[in-house]
Amino acid sequence: MTATIVPAERRVIYRRPQALSEKSTHYCPGCGHGIVHRLIGELLDEMNLTERTIGVASVGCSVFAYDYFNIDFVESPHGRAPAVATGVRRVRPDQFVFTYQGDGDLAAIGTAEIVHAAARGELISVIFVNNGIYGMTGGQMAPTTLLGQKTTSSPLGRESGAQGVPIPITEMLAVLPSVAYAARGSIANPQLIGRAKQMLKRSFEIQEKKQGFSIVEILSTCPVGWGMTASEAMEHVERDVVDTYPLGVIVDRIKEGK
Amino acid sequence: MVATLELHILDPIDIATDRCKGCGLCIDACPKHVLELDETIVNALGYHPAQLTDAAGCTSCAICARICPDTVFTIYAPPKGGQQ
Amino acid sequence: MTAAPVLMKGNEAMAEAAIQAGCDAYFGYPITPQAEVLEWMARRMPELGRTFIQAESELGAINMGLGAAATGARVFVSSSSPGISLMAEGMSYMAGSEVPIVLLNVMRGGPGLGSIGASQSDYFQATRGHGHGDYRTPVLAPSSIEEAVALMADAFEIAERYRTPVWILADGVLGQQMEPVVPQYRTPERHEFDWALSGTGGTREPRVVRSLHLQPYELEEHNTHLQQKYAEIARNEVRFATEDLDDADILVVGYGTAARVARTACERACANGIKAGIFRPISLWPFPAEALAKAAAKVSAVVVVELSAGQMIEDVRLALEGSRPIYFVGRTGGMIPTPGEVLDTIRNAALEAEPDYWLPAGQTAASTPATKTAEKCPESAAGLYPVELFE
Repeated sequence: MTATIVPAERRVIYRRPQALSEKSTHYCPGCGHGIVHRLIGELLDEMNLTERTIGVASVGCSVFAYDYFNIDFVESPHGRAPAVATGVRRVRPDQFVFTYQGDGDLAAIGTAEIVHAAARGELISVIFVNNGIYGMTGGQMAPTTLLGQKTTSSPLGRESGAQGVPIPITEMLAVLPSVAYAARGSIANPQLIGRAKQMLKRSFEIQEKKQGFSIVEILSTCPVGWGMTASEAMEHVERDVVDTYPLGVIVDRIKEGK
Repeated sequence: MVATLELHILDPIDIATDRCKGCGLCIDACPKHVLELDETIVNALGYHPAQLTDAAGCTSCAICARICPDTVFTIYAPPKGGQQ
Repeated sequence: MTAAPVLMKGNEAMAEAAIQAGCDAYFGYPITPQAEVLEWMARRMPELGRTFIQAESELGAINMGLGAAATGARVFVSSSSPGISLMAEGMSYMAGSEVPIVLLNVMRGGPGLGSIGASQSDYFQATRGHGHGDYRTPVLAPSSIEEAVALMADAFEIAERYRTPVWILADGVLGQQMEPVVPQYRTPERHEFDWALSGTGGTREPRVVRSLHLQPYELEEHNTHLQQKYAEIARNEVRFATEDLDDADILVVGYGTAARVARTACERACANGIKAGIFRPISLWPFPAEALAKAAAKVSAVVVVELSAGQMIEDVRLALEGSRPIYFVGRTGGMIPTPGEVLDTIRNAALEAEPDYWLPAGQTAASTPATKTAEKCPESAAGLYPVELFE
């Protein structure tokens, strides 16, 4: 005779968000994209948005984002996501629409599209993952690459004379009165991840209340492109990148009553 | 007749080892230092997955779940009175 | 009941036709000679509670079109040659993602910034895919404002039936001219699409609209599927018109505004004792090759008229496979061939002059009377080409 103690039901504190699909991601070990995807998935679950969401995927390492969420997605050409999202949003006013873009997508080839979507105050949430490098194509310089940073197309280190200065695109967009919310967070440590999630939540709320255009920039890592371990990459974001790209809410016109 | 009492020591976390990429972020982030890479196994993705080395030391703080890029963690509330 | 004709401007008529065909959204950017399309839409679409956006560029416009069309909306976008080049990327993506849209190109002189005069120099661009990749898009070429209005509804139908972008290829003359029109607006039936994005609603699997198929064998499968689709379109959607073919000796091939010039030239040719008939392609892709070969079977020579340096002539050559001598008359840069120039070429053809050379503007053939006498002058098709355009 065997007696088995049957355990009582365990209470789950945290499990994988339903909005995320089961598919294992192709991202490198320690890549920040996985964390940002997870935060989006958590919020879609918590705010009951999953069934109404249409995502706009862009081009970069996150080109396969549509495989990792249980939502409708449209693939956009490189840089055009804000325009594609505009088209989706205007004909589907009851859906929830976000773009997911990297630094080259948003601040290089897509500069015109993001400025004008912001200027028109499109009711979308732009999620801007900034890791200062072009990961998918092998680690070339991005518009947000730091001065002195070595990449495959700035092998001697980025030099402002020949290669320009890092572009603070989110601060530039925040100048537009039609931008309801612009913020910069980071995923460099668990506490900052929590704050980044709050920024995303604010952006999603603003869209739901149809209060305007919002953009959340999230400083992320590219361990392989940067030639660092995952932990070193996190430290680099926490310590170094914030000098060029400081964290915080850049503008919240709704709270400020504008 | 043999009476066997099976005591189940319940892990406060589950790790989806088939999804883990061995990036090590959870190991650094865990405030109780109860996570290590299990170098005795290689999963189908080709990595050493994370493993819980001391269930009693885990407080279910869920910081590992928060930092994991591959959402491998499921976190359970600690049972009343602590682990047996 | 026939309504009284209304004097309408081409651009505005085409815009209204798209509205009446039920387009939910219009995205565009100002560019001559089609700015009136944008302006008409700017006023009318908000009146009807529909979406209108003047985008930041043609690049923005076509991508807004992609987004809206991916949700199953009926979308109309317009531009002119330089702006159309910017849309090549978006069109390639929509062909690969199998998203329907109607795109109007009111052609102007090129290449580059070119001129604002009318041209047909985007024929290659429209019929050879336009953007990168192995794809084709149906191209419809109206020759009058009335026809443009009628073809607009066809365009939306073809786009939705086959899940493909569709062109309306017009030119600056058609866009800018005013004609009496009895507009035959038509609203094609609406359908539910099993690919359109709308949010899963918790009731269905997520859908993805995309053109990326990273594994080559998967992309090949997708391309095979696309090619099968194009073969079906080629079987079903050929359109053309002919006039006075019965006892024609010279066949004149032209589309759009070139066909109207050809019409006048043919009338004069008849008055000069040369029996000239017209073959007017309306679908430029799929090109009516079979019908053209049949029409050319009984003539001595073919004259191709284009507002370009010669683009459709290549499809004519392919269709005829060397069976007939082909003569060409064309003008570039926004200039329009005159009926006189076309007539000269018809005369040359009738005199069996050297085949396949381009008659420069202003040069006339030697005036030797034609050897054939016409028994009866073909009558002009009443109503379709009421206006004597040039000279």
